Amino acid sequence: MRYATRLVPLWACMLLSMTAPAAEVEVLKAGIFNPAREAPDFSVHGSDGAPLVLSHYRGKVVVLAFGYTSCPNVCPVTLAVLAQAHRKLGAQGSQVQVIYITVDPERDSAERLRQYLAAFDSTFVGGTGTALQMAEVRRSYGVTAEKVGTGKDYAVAHSSFVYLITREGKLRALMPFGHKADDYVHDISLLLN
Amino acid sequence: MVRTLHKRPWMLTAAATVAIAALGTVVWAAFTPVTFASREETFEIPKGTWARRMAGNKVEILPSAVYLTVGIRDVLLLKNLDDVPQIFGPTLMMPGQSFRLPFETASSYQFACTAHASGQMTVVVDAQPDNPWQRLVWRARRAFRAVA
Repeated sequence: MRYATRLVPLWACMLLSMTAPAAEVEVLKAGIFNPAREAPDFSVHGSDGAPLVLSHYRGKVVVLAFGYTSCPNVCPVTLAVLAQAHRKLGAQGSQVQVIYITVDPERDSAERLRQYLAAFDSTFVGGTGTALQMAEVRRSYGVTAEKVGTGKDYAVAHSSFVYLITREGKLRALMPFGHKADDYVHDISLLLN
Repeated sequence: MVRTLHKRPWMLTAAATVAIAALGTVVWAAFTPVTFASREETFEIPKGTWARRMAGNKVEILPSAVYLTVGIRDVLLLKNLDDVPQIFGPTLMMPGQSFRLPFETASSYQFACTAHASGQMTVVVDAQPDNPWQRLVWRARRAFRAVA
């Protein structure tokens, strides 16, 4: 009986540890995947000149966006919001990595991505590669990208949502376009803590 | 018309009954709070959907427009019960995976969705009806969407 009484706090802790993460994800502003699956790994050319490998960012919360530097409306808004959220996170921002994968490898070189992203936040990293490589990354994340128009001024219609990946490399949530910086701060803080 | 009603009192009774029923419906629709058992609007891809599509059958699961209401029914819940990954609504879902997307702001949201011929899916999120007039309009709109 005495042993049973001693075990009560242990049972309570186990119960809490089982229910707490579920309660946490319930309150995210983003859409939540359940169960969270392993974020598909990729290795592409990074805008900093080094290979960009997703799994190298284990331990950080990764904010994964897809777009292209000539995007007239969606990408500038998304990146501005992410930059604002990154600033608002303060010291916690160092535990977060924003990765921006191009859907237009034809025009987006690593250097072009670097210059473009630096205008928003110098810590953001871009990724580019061959058309085949980038198509494979998009396929694994269910991202669509379709060339619209002809000539050198073509546009690319692409998915506008942003993925949130946990420190453990799990694809936990998807933030639709239109959310404010505070929503990102809210969700990233929960995923960090 | 009035003379006809006087000659046939049962018609008068019937007209009065219809008028009272209509008035009662309007009063009910205006004053009864809008509630749902769950805040989630759920759509599921049943097992075998991919096989049926491969066999040439047209399988529509998600409507091209989904209607939600802030504070009452404001969560879109998608479930993939099939054996293969599926693009469902805005995202790629693994077998057995669900995706729960909450909405806090009344607006119309467009998502790319390869499951639709148009390539788009719209989620219309209405504001919470807080007073009798709004409840009446909300219920009328909902009834209209159901029959449209």
